[in-house]
Amino acid sequence: MQEAKETSVKISVEGLNAWFNTNQVLKDISMDIAEKRITAIIGPSGCGKSTFVRCLNRMHEVVPKARVTGRVLLDGEDIYSADVDPVDIRRRVGMVFQKPNPFPTMSVYDNVAAGLRLMGVRDRARLDRVVKKSLEMSALWDEVKGELNKSGASLSGGQQQRLCIARALAVEPEVILMDEPCSALDPIATAKIEDLIAELKKDYTVIIVTHNMQQAARVSDYTAFFFLGELIEYEATRELFESPADKRTEDYITGRFG
Amino acid sequence: MRKRFSPDTMFEFAVGAVAFTGVILLAVLLLGELVLGAMPSIKTFGVGFLFETTWDPVFEKFGALAFIYGTLLSSFLAMLIGVPLSLGIAIYLAEVASSNVRTLISPVIELMAAIPSVIIGLWGIFVFAPFMRDYIATPLAKYLGFLPFFSGPAFGLSFLTAGFILAFMIIPIVSSITREALLAVPVLQKEGALALGATRWEMIVMTVLPYSRAAIFGAVIIGLGRAIGETMAVTMVIGNTPQLAASLLAPGYSMAAVIANEFTEATGDLYLSALIEIGLILFIISILVNASSRLLVWRYFEVRDSK
Ligand SMILES: Nc1ncnc2c1ncn2[C@@H]1O[C@H](COP(=O)(O)OP(=O)(O)OP(=O)(O)O)[C@@H](O)[C@H]1O
Ligand SMILES: [Mg+2]
Repeated sequence: MQEAKETSVKISVEGLNAWFNTNQVLKDISMDIAEKRITAIIGPSGCGKSTFVRCLNRMHEVVPKARVTGRVLLDGEDIYSADVDPVDIRRRVGMVFQKPNPFPTMSVYDNVAAGLRLMGVRDRARLDRVVKKSLEMSALWDEVKGELNKSGASLSGGQQQRLCIARALAVEPEVILMDEPCSALDPIATAKIEDLIAELKKDYTVIIVTHNMQQAARVSDYTAFFFLGELIEYEATRELFESPADKRTEDYITGRFG
Repeated sequence: MRKRFSPDTMFEFAVGAVAFTGVILLAVLLLGELVLGAMPSIKTFGVGFLFETTWDPVFEKFGALAFIYGTLLSSFLAMLIGVPLSLGIAIYLAEVASSNVRTLISPVIELMAAIPSVIIGLWGIFVFAPFMRDYIATPLAKYLGFLPFFSGPAFGLSFLTAGFILAFMIIPIVSSITREALLAVPVLQKEGALALGATRWEMIVMTVLPYSRAAIFGAVIIGLGRAIGETMAVTMVIGNTPQLAASLLAPGYSMAAVIANEFTEATGDLYLSALIEIGLILFIISILVNASSRLLVWRYFEVRDSK
């Protein structure tokens, strides 16, 4: 964690627990997430990775009967305190879902512009600019620039996922949560997204959930290993992969389970 | 090859063929019967039947326009009143109410669809029509009487009363189908909107309604079909006066109502035939409404999901 001290803490998670109904899926998670760095979350399927990132923008509570306790400080302020509007948090902490979910009745253009329009932006020139920039960042511009008016659902799965990334980028959040953004992508598109993520770190704090160990090793500065709802190990990425402290981490990254 | 002739496909094909030809046959037979019965009237009045308002059994002069007008106007009013209410109920139940409230209220609304229309008609005559006259029609005529559609004396039995009663009758079906459509919108779609910083209402406008628009449109058309074909309740509250009044507060008549009222007492052959021709027109209008809406759904409203 030495490198973490060079940069400030963007999100500080303190004693976070999360439930679906009576099923506790996150147990007393505490970790600091560094500003303008890339933090990877790894762990076997069902260990609570998605739930964890969804707790960082208050999306967990959208699920009926889901519950959260503990504190999540964004720039020092608890996003779960009573006077905070989750809508504001979600504008500051953007999210890309595990499965692509473009709005099928909207065009490619409108999908990307959706967040800005929610914020009341009507200026066409500004929308044009942001749409183009966001699509360029998500490496989709070249493929769709001639057909911005066609339906977002008519794109391929990988293109849809990049469209969703562009949609999240367009509102310029401070933090971007990416839940396995590359699971639907081919190697070329994956490489493009990984370049994008590296690029994003200049301006954004990025948290990426991934099943792909090489990807975590390639793109992230820090890596957290989750197992059965607990945070087992959280280190600078190189350290975690080269000299894992916990036996379970070692077993997982060497492919002995999961 | 083997797959094409598997028992399953054969069965599917056989059942499909039987059902399809059965339905088509029935429709064609019905249409043939109607055309045959309407022949004397068609021969006597020609196309003019559609544009003639006179309905005079004594002198055997018949025209359908007043009835077509009454059916279309009362149905239109029913949609104007019933569709927004149905949408509101559906949105409330699907997106706002807790699941407990939803499971409690939804069946009650659906039960409303089971009330026999003659009962609704009775309630219309004895409770709703006087209420309409005293508290809605009279003030409307008094304060908005300068508008043509609120002009003239205010009656309890009128186009507007029929519109309200019909609206009440379509709300259960339209709101239930819409509710189910809203509930079927994928969670991932809704979360996509929320994660962008949409409020619940913005989420509904942004993704829930557009995503389910085909089903909502279908629900509206089913409601319209019901309104156009509804007989008993309309007969009891529309006033049964064949006229082309611009005022919604005036009494009128509808196609289904005139058939129900006069069929048994239609004496002359031409009288009977004119009533059958009205039935034919009603049948054609219903089919046109359904077919064109089906086409619209296919062409413009169908939502292709991602993936
Ligand atoms: N909507 C839900 N309702 C009830 N339980 C849920 C729901 N979503 C997830 N769970 C449960 O919570 C636990 C953690 O799920 P989560 O989706 O966070 O895992 P994950 O680490 O993201 O897995 P994966 O790698 O497969 O995406 C799982 O045991 C799962 O069964
Ligand atoms: Mg997951």
